[in-house]
Amino acid sequence: MSTKSLKQKKKLSGTTFLLMVTIGLFILMYAAGMIVFANQGFAKPQMFVNLLISNAGLLVISCGMTIVMITGGIDISVGSVTALVCMVCAFEMEKMGMSAYAAVISALVIGLLFGLVQGFLVAYLDIQPFIVSLAGLFFARGLTAVISTEMISITNETFLKWAKYSIYLPIGSTNKRGIFQPAFIYPSVIISIVVVIAVFILLKYTKFGRSLYAIGGNQQSALMMGLNVRRTKMKAYVLDGFLAGLGGFLFCLNSCAGFVEQAKGLEMDAISASVIGGTLLSGGVGNPIGTFFGVLIKGTISSLITTQGTLSSWWVRIVLSALLCFFIVLQSVITSRKNKNK
Amino acid sequence: MENNIVLEMKGIDKLFPGVKALQNVDFTLRQGEIHALMGENGAGKSTLIKVLTGVYPMDGGEIIMEGKSIVNHSPEQAQENGISTVYQEITLCPNLSVAENLFIGREPRKAGFIDWKAMNKRSAELLENLDIHVAPAQELDECSIAVQQMIAIARAVDMKCRVLILDEPTSSLDDDEVEKLFVLMNKLKAQGVGIIFVTHFLEQVYAVCDRITVLRNGELVGEYTTKELPRYQLVAKMMGKDFDDLADIKSEHAGKPHAAGAPVIEATGIGHKGTIRPFDLTVEKGEVIGLTGLLGSGRSELVRAIYGADKADSGTLKVNGKQAKINAPIDAMQQGMAYLPEDRKRDGIIADLSVRENIIIALQAKRGMFHPMSRKEMDEAADKYIDMLQIKTASRETPIKSLSGGNQQKCIIGRWLLTNPDFLILDEPTRGIDIGTKTEIQKLVLDLADKGMSVAFISSEIEEMLRTCSRMAVLRDGKKVGELSGSDLTQDKIMQTIAGGDKTNV
Amino acid sequence: MSEQKKFHWSSITRHHLFLPIMCLIVVLLSNLIKTPDFFAISMRDGVLYGYIIDVINRASELVILAVGMTLVTAASGGQDISVGAVMAVAAAVCCQILSGGQTSVDAFQNPLILGVLAALAAAALCGAFNGYLVAHLHIQPMVATLILYTAGRGIAQLVTGGQITYVRVGAYSMWGGALPHMLFPLPVFFAVAVVLIVSLILKKSALGLYIESVGINSSSSRLVGLNAKRIKMITYIICGLLAGIAGFVASSRIYSADANNIGLNLEMDAILAVALGGNILSGGKFSIAGSVIGAYTIQALTTTLYAMNVSSDQLPVYKAIVVVIIVTLQSPVFQKFINNQRAKRAVKRGQTNGGAVV
Repeated sequence: MSTKSLKQKKKLSGTTFLLMVTIGLFILMYAAGMIVFANQGFAKPQMFVNLLISNAGLLVISCGMTIVMITGGIDISVGSVTALVCMVCAFEMEKMGMSAYAAVISALVIGLLFGLVQGFLVAYLDIQPFIVSLAGLFFARGLTAVISTEMISITNETFLKWAKYSIYLPIGSTNKRGIFQPAFIYPSVIISIVVVIAVFILLKYTKFGRSLYAIGGNQQSALMMGLNVRRTKMKAYVLDGFLAGLGGFLFCLNSCAGFVEQAKGLEMDAISASVIGGTLLSGGVGNPIGTFFGVLIKGTISSLITTQGTLSSWWVRIVLSALLCFFIVLQSVITSRKNKNK
Repeated sequence: MENNIVLEMKGIDKLFPGVKALQNVDFTLRQGEIHALMGENGAGKSTLIKVLTGVYPMDGGEIIMEGKSIVNHSPEQAQENGISTVYQEITLCPNLSVAENLFIGREPRKAGFIDWKAMNKRSAELLENLDIHVAPAQELDECSIAVQQMIAIARAVDMKCRVLILDEPTSSLDDDEVEKLFVLMNKLKAQGVGIIFVTHFLEQVYAVCDRITVLRNGELVGEYTTKELPRYQLVAKMMGKDFDDLADIKSEHAGKPHAAGAPVIEATGIGHKGTIRPFDLTVEKGEVIGLTGLLGSGRSELVRAIYGADKADSGTLKVNGKQAKINAPIDAMQQGMAYLPEDRKRDGIIADLSVRENIIIALQAKRGMFHPMSRKEMDEAADKYIDMLQIKTASRETPIKSLSGGNQQKCIIGRWLLTNPDFLILDEPTRGIDIGTKTEIQKLVLDLADKGMSVAFISSEIEEMLRTCSRMAVLRDGKKVGELSGSDLTQDKIMQTIAGGDKTNV
Repeated sequence: MSEQKKFHWSSITRHHLFLPIMCLIVVLLSNLIKTPDFFAISMRDGVLYGYIIDVINRASELVILAVGMTLVTAASGGQDISVGAVMAVAAAVCCQILSGGQTSVDAFQNPLILGVLAALAAAALCGAFNGYLVAHLHIQPMVATLILYTAGRGIAQLVTGGQITYVRVGAYSMWGGALPHMLFPLPVFFAVAVVLIVSLILKKSALGLYIESVGINSSSSRLVGLNAKRIKMITYIICGLLAGIAGFVASSRIYSADANNIGLNLEMDAILAVALGGNILSGGKFSIAGSVIGAYTIQALTTTLYAMNVSSDQLPVYKAIVVVIIVTLQSPVFQKFINNQRAKRAVKRGQTNGGAVV
């Protein structure tokens, strides 16, 4: 009996434990914000919804990151790919007079191309994903500069309509004059939520999804059980690339501009969000729900620091890095304890 | 019964560069029997299994499955032909649930999506049917190794295998777990599955197996019915009774007096959880002590615990009469120990480094980072041992990986002799080495002992040990079970002790 | 005669530095097309000037980083991608101490040596942090160093209070400039000194052998008495320390600490230098000389691309392509493929030859 209860406890201290820590951390941070910054409107529903609006792109990109991290890989090119996507979209619409529809398509194609090339190098040539995507990071950023070193603001009407089309929610707050102000979101939020759900279903309910976990858990075993490891990995990177393209486009909807320095360090945000959301760096564990909370935590940190006002913006990076470091060490401790128990 | 042959392997040959790994081996498996495949290191068991499962192509012979001649090019193809293998290392995914591990790659689906309900239900049925008590939704990582092993078997069974190969599945299981595994095996046997059971544990062979096939040096020794083959004879068949016609080199060294003084090694209650139960061992100066027992008996683990390769978690160790604290190999080295590991490739050679660097590295490590050896000193040391051990290498700067196995082994021996140890541990120093080099190494061991060095010698070949050792400690199932010396040091006596069971009491 | 000559040639081409040196020569020569006076050198006040001197001068920080990166790569089979950020941290610490907290000063507020030592200590600490994550917590090197890669510049900003701290003192900026009659600009001497000192340490201690041994087979290394964790740790600390020196040099060039731009993208160049030098990125045997040549090659390439009017923002495109080519050539899968092709061709040749005889 006692061994059974011990096992139950161990289960809790594993992946579930990490997810609980994450959700708990988010609630704690947000509640702290609501209390400390109540006057700045932190308690208003719109403030929470804004988290989703400003991080819609990141959320989609992080889902892609989670997918490759489950296989035990990583993709640090996503920030640069985002910059490239924004620049290409801006350039096409503003300098070449192309339509917003063409911009969407090229954004997705860019993402897919990066996924294909990086996936091939990782899956079929067995090159470390880190080195491959490091090259991807520099390539995409450089290419952005090749297109234009100047910032291009987007003025395309269709595009702006997509970007700022408000969808009102039944929740909201009343202002001082007692008039109800409904909270609103932009289409990008809906797309990002759909992506989270789709990725969740993909990972949980398809053979491809489960193969990803199997490969991350033990690649050799996956091979022995007859799974096509190389093709599955390739698909993972292609999907990740596609989501980076889509996420980049959503990011562009939010920023409405393209410039070289854009989305710098976004890869770090995506990795942090995944890791904080319970994805193991060594692979085999992770899900988009955790990643969703990871993104919310990142968003909360930035809005707390912005609302506070006196702290400078690099604090976001530092706090996030510290949090990432904390979770990495936590994972390492949990894994080594698991191994010791054997 | 006799006609229910499921699998027949006829005249199997397998060549590796320079070695005949299998030579005209026959193997027959009947429906509903558990058939042990036995043999010592290098006997060809694993090669035979790998040929059968398509990991290696065979160079001659035929595999007949249920009357049809088949060729397997890969484990997957073997599986399609009804041959499944469960390995010692679990080849499942620890991060997935039990049910998933059973069904991955062939999950039940509904409208294109995985039907978890159906999967868990079918898993529960399958597990129930095989009396494996585990919840399908549980994560595999949380199951004991034994249960994981059984899940691997259940997966194989559900994939409609008619031949199930169990490759040393019991190595990391305790007695209770082994018992559970046997129940499962008997159940499958009753269902008509033919099981090939590879193991080193004699007790287990006699507990479940109907028949035994023994291999030695890549050749078939024979197929026997378990009931008709006494343990003692089985050990004799595995180890090979026939002495080869090498000169009895031991006689030249006979009758050397033991030096007086404190023993070089005095271990009391040393043990390492999970590998070797606490043991006592004393080694005198100038003595060659043999550690014998079948593979997996704990003979390697015993020396690893003394050397600090696996830090001992109990007991005390005295070196030359003084208490010694060994936390890591470097501590043991400072106490005058040296250790030639069993797995040369994994633990011995440093592949890309040169012969010179491989020889001097241990002495260098012993001296410390800031007392580097001069180039001249290194060259002299390397040349000395290349010369003394007759290492065949293009130059001392040749990477060790391009040498033959025997010469690599000589480099490692040179590495340790250079540190001038008091106690030299040799774990299977002659494995996979040509016969000439073998004799050289045996002679060297005796010469060293004459000069006052104590040596612990481990080998799968009993003659070799008889030729070199003046005393032998016998291990069985992770436990030291006896010591033999003087007139007791005969093949018969050793084999009886190894075999244990009814005939022994040492 | 010809037999002998052939033998002679192959012994040169087979040398491990042959390819790196060839790369360097090719890059340098390619400049002659656009810049005929590329190799011209003039002298003013006892200091040499010219394109080639510029390459040597500008490569100094990269050479210093490449040395550290080589050691880390050899011992842990991974790279330290935080070196650029660590440079920024070191520069920030140094300038902040020298300026006594002000944004811009015309005289040292604290002794120069104090600033330098503090900068090096901070950099070594960063290295130790990375080393701990890699050696003791067994985190993949590049993931472990990713933390400081992102946080480093933030920390540097924090140190300087978000400003660019200027130390407009001759005694500071001279380290990044040139002194009369010294022949070369001072950063060159830093690079040479670092290479010499590290080479000397590797020669005068057994560290080099230990690093290779641990990088090739850490299990065997442990059994012959090496402490793999400690050795990995040492390489990361050295790497951090060298990044600190590079940070000081870079900062003295611009007599300021610009947290956003000091050492930007240099981690990529350093990794590239290591790979170009013929070192295998998965660890094991290494050659400092190769990495140094690699570093000069990269700088030459950068200068060349500048000469072709490629802006600094666009440089990464070309470098990324070079990286992908190198790692592809190094990848075991690719090498196996090439060997198979070669074997097939050999078989074919044998067949056609046989046919001719018959």
